[in-house]
Amino acid sequence: MSKPYLRPIPFTWWNKNNAYRIFMLREISSVFVALFVLELLCFVLVASKSPENFDKYVEALKSPGWIVFHVVVLGFSLLHSITWFNLTPKVLVVRKGEEKLPDALIAGAHYLAWIVVSIVIWMII
Amino acid sequence: MSRSQSGLLVSVNTEADPINKTDVVSEEKLTLEVFRYHPEKDSEPYFQTYEVPFREDWVVLDALNWLKDNEDGTLTYRWSCCMGVCGSCGMMVNGTPKLTCAAFLRDYHPEPIRVEPLENFPVERDLVVDMDSFMEKLQSIKPWILRKDSEEKPLSEGEYKQSPAELATYKQFSMCINCMLCYAACPVAGLEPEFVGPAAIALGMRYNLDSRDQGYEERQEIIASHEAIWQCTFVGECTTVCPKNVDPAGAIQQAKVASTIDWYKSWLMPWGQK
Repeated sequence: MSKPYLRPIPFTWWNKNNAYRIFMLREISSVFVALFVLELLCFVLVASKSPENFDKYVEALKSPGWIVFHVVVLGFSLLHSITWFNLTPKVLVVRKGEEKLPDALIAGAHYLAWIVVSIVIWMII
Repeated sequence: MSRSQSGLLVSVNTEADPINKTDVVSEEKLTLEVFRYHPEKDSEPYFQTYEVPFREDWVVLDALNWLKDNEDGTLTYRWSCCMGVCGSCGMMVNGTPKLTCAAFLRDYHPEPIRVEPLENFPVERDLVVDMDSFMEKLQSIKPWILRKDSEEKPLSEGEYKQSPAELATYKQFSMCINCMLCYAACPVAGLEPEFVGPAAIALGMRYNLDSRDQGYEERQEIIASHEAIWQCTFVGECTTVCPKNVDPAGAIQQAKVASTIDWYKSWLMPWGQK
């Protein structure tokens, strides 16, 4: 009777190739997006109480620690958005007869919506 | 040659000699590091290094065949058609799942090539993996057309017709050759052995999208379960390594969308459920 050999999976499996590494970065990016959402909620709660609080909070955000945090969050947010938008054609398949709409059109529509929403929010602020 | 349980040819002896020494005129050599494991004598696998002739038109499978015929008749591996159709010669080539009949030596030369059995499967012997778990998962998804008995029309009424547009919805997923490269590329398949996996789910989608099929609900018991689509974290490597452009990652995500819509419908329109 043969005994099939089970190869162990190393703890560092995620470092095997670039695709796995990018996947892990995409997964980790959600942690930074969540941290930013928490920080934004804190800002709304604290700053909405008085104009002084608002000024103090904004002043505190100018410290090097917060600037580094926001640069890191921005990087991960971009990675998160871009990697997910690039995957949308796999999820959203729109067919017209025998042909499906090109991947670039599906992903492009998401990028366009992203830009439009960002501009609208920027104009409101 | 012998025929395994799955019906595939497994090279286990030296009788066949399709490529013999005299065919090889090139003096140039290439190093092949081959995963070896013979359960009757080895407690652990090891790598054995061979020198094989380098030829521009040779694939890794040609090199393995040359080795078996000329150097080491005990080398064991699966192969059959040698033209990317049977799906039996899948192996890890320098860490990437490949059909060895389509992996040209010239793409690696002059660097050494490391050949291993497909990852995420138990190894039976040398480069041969145990594919029983895959076969069970594949069968569980019922990859054939299911019809409700009450709606089956008599043979005299002819075939169930399908338009080119209806065919196009599932054709891509029907190209799967069960080579299992997608399982070897999927980290979830390795970490979660109960994961139904890319090829089986893609084949489930192939039949769910077929206008002649009526087995959607029956298959959903498996496809929409925790062990199937919800285990997938969308690494996407299954699609990258697929030699037939089946796009199992896409199939799984589309199944997630369909299952989510079903779930919302069951809450919003409970009277619509059976």
